[in-house]
Amino acid sequence: MMSLRYLPLWITAALLCLLFGIGGWQFDGFASLAVVSNLFSDNAFLLIVALGMTLVIISGGIDLSVGAVIALSGVAAGLLISQYQWHPLLAFALIVPAAALFGALMGVLIHVYKLQPFIVTLAGMFLARGLATTLSEESIAIDHSFYDAVAEFGIALPGGGWIGSSTLIFMVVLVLVIMLMHYSRFGACVYAIGGNSQSAQLMGVPVASTTIAIYALSSVLAALAGIVFTFYTFSGYALAGVGMELDAIAAVVIGGTLLTGGSGFVIGTVLGVLLMGVIQTYIIFDGSLSSWWTKIVIGLLLFGFIVLQKVLSRRTALTAAAGSTAHG
Amino acid sequence: MKQTQPCADSLQQARLARYSPGSTKASARYLWPLAALILLLAANLLLDASFFQLSFQDGRLYGSLIDILNRSAPVALLAIGMSLVIATGGIDLSVGAVMAIAGSICANLLLQADLPLVLVITAGLATGIAAGLINGTLVSYLRIQPIVATLLLMVAGRGVAQLINQGQIVTFLRPDFAWLGSGSWLGVPVPVWLVIAMFGLSQLLLRRTALGLFIEAVGCNATASRYLGINDKAIKLFVYAFAGFCAALAGMISAADIQGSDANNAGLWLELDAILAVVIGGAALSGGRFSLLLSVIGVLIIQSLSTTIIVSGLPAKFNLLIKALVVLLVLLLQSDKFRRQLSSWLPKLRKWRKGGQA
Repeated sequence: MMSLRYLPLWITAALLCLLFGIGGWQFDGFASLAVVSNLFSDNAFLLIVALGMTLVIISGGIDLSVGAVIALSGVAAGLLISQYQWHPLLAFALIVPAAALFGALMGVLIHVYKLQPFIVTLAGMFLARGLATTLSEESIAIDHSFYDAVAEFGIALPGGGWIGSSTLIFMVVLVLVIMLMHYSRFGACVYAIGGNSQSAQLMGVPVASTTIAIYALSSVLAALAGIVFTFYTFSGYALAGVGMELDAIAAVVIGGTLLTGGSGFVIGTVLGVLLMGVIQTYIIFDGSLSSWWTKIVIGLLLFGFIVLQKVLSRRTALTAAAGSTAHG
Repeated sequence: MKQTQPCADSLQQARLARYSPGSTKASARYLWPLAALILLLAANLLLDASFFQLSFQDGRLYGSLIDILNRSAPVALLAIGMSLVIATGGIDLSVGAVMAIAGSICANLLLQADLPLVLVITAGLATGIAAGLINGTLVSYLRIQPIVATLLLMVAGRGVAQLINQGQIVTFLRPDFAWLGSGSWLGVPVPVWLVIAMFGLSQLLLRRTALGLFIEAVGCNATASRYLGINDKAIKLFVYAFAGFCAALAGMISAADIQGSDANNAGLWLELDAILAVVIGGAALSGGRFSLLLSVIGVLIIQSLSTTIIVSGLPAKFNLLIKALVVLLVLLLQSDKFRRQLSSWLPKLRKWRKGGQA
């Protein structure tokens, strides 16, 4: 049965390799370290957001506010650095805890007041986007020596590859999230809540603090993604990251995490984002395909994975029922 | 399964509301959203004395009130469909994308020479029903979670609309189709008439037959309603097809309004407004009961709020922020726990104030 659990993960990985192989066979320069490292640096912010979304979805919830939090943290960083002349690190030190508070408040609404995550984080999305537009409607350029240093920092690889600071930040976050989800008590609690929150409560899982921490963490990662996004664009803009929550959710699903909660792997989400990135790269390399095909292909992929999950979960349910008929 | 209990409760309330119109519970349900709407309109009157003035020019009424009604027409149509979907415990994220698809189909058909208008409209509506049937099949027969099932079409649908339009904004010059979006009849804009017609027909269909009760029963407990002999799968299929139909109509109105189809922006994020309107109208996302009237009032509240912000002279950038705060307040007021806290705080607060004065 264990192998079935990993099946969606293997399929995503195989599709990723297959598409990359086809691209490399069709186009010169597709299968190069430069393309791979661009894949990571162009999608670093999406990767970071999607990691937080994985946590939320494994717990059985959803967070629609992340795209807006990216915009809000970007605008806040832009204002503090460009207008108030703060040092970027000082600005980040204010933004990240503020995001944690924002997420924790959503967690409180969800757990204490028993409101649906979907509608609470939708309100959170309006609030964050509203705050961002209230702070500044125009894009704020960020010009600071720290940003230049961040942009120049990196490790050169042979073949034109380049591991930039964004990729490094993502890798650190990835290691931390994997440790947290797969090797810590907190992670076990998240899986337990996603499996069945009432059973988790009865088993003594601290449901309240865990739920609040999950949403706080998701907002923190979104704020971090917003900061990485400012490294990428050298500006903060209130309309940045529109619809990014959907990309993140799609990546999580393609990565094999069940939207009903309780099952999934952090690394699957990374594969999901990379698969979406490779599709985009392929379409850019091809040149004759239009950008809307990206959306259609991602939609079809989503459909394929959801049907696969259905088949798998029905089969595991059947075998589980057959194995435990005595227990009714 | 933890939702079963409050849900059974709400079905009971829904029955009470229907069979004993004078019962206090039923009127309380309508009281708060209506009070909010009246409060908002009154605030507008204070801000701008000419708010309620209507003028009659060129055979059409003009004024802020007509403006609110006209602007809220597409979302009102979406909300009528969304109410039924939410009543079955589902959600439809794809309605915005379906609006875009229906708009693009109509726009491209209108470019073909001399197709009769009826055919174009039928094609648009058929597209919406087809999209809804896809959603419904995924939800009821493949048993995919509604959020995910409709997310598919939300992501892919806009791509399909762009594909139909070949990435362009397709414009057309057909006054007869444009009449749907910008025309008027008996002085009232056509979109408003369409909402009234849709509302009236749905209300007849749902409340004069058992269909409405079936939908609420499925939303409360799909398994139990199946044992009662209700075909829960067919009911779910119907509500998604109905939502698709409403979305297509909304899409045609907005395409007719700008005399073109913009696959990127038509109906963008309107699904969220529609869901919000239904929730503001007091429906629980876990399903069970619905009221089309309350959903439409929810839409009017959202639209009046935006108008109030404009009338009050605040910059439009505060629009989203104020909307978010109002939504949070409405959500909290719907939470039993918050209401209990509030009612335990109020006496304390009064006591504290008295103590302060003494």
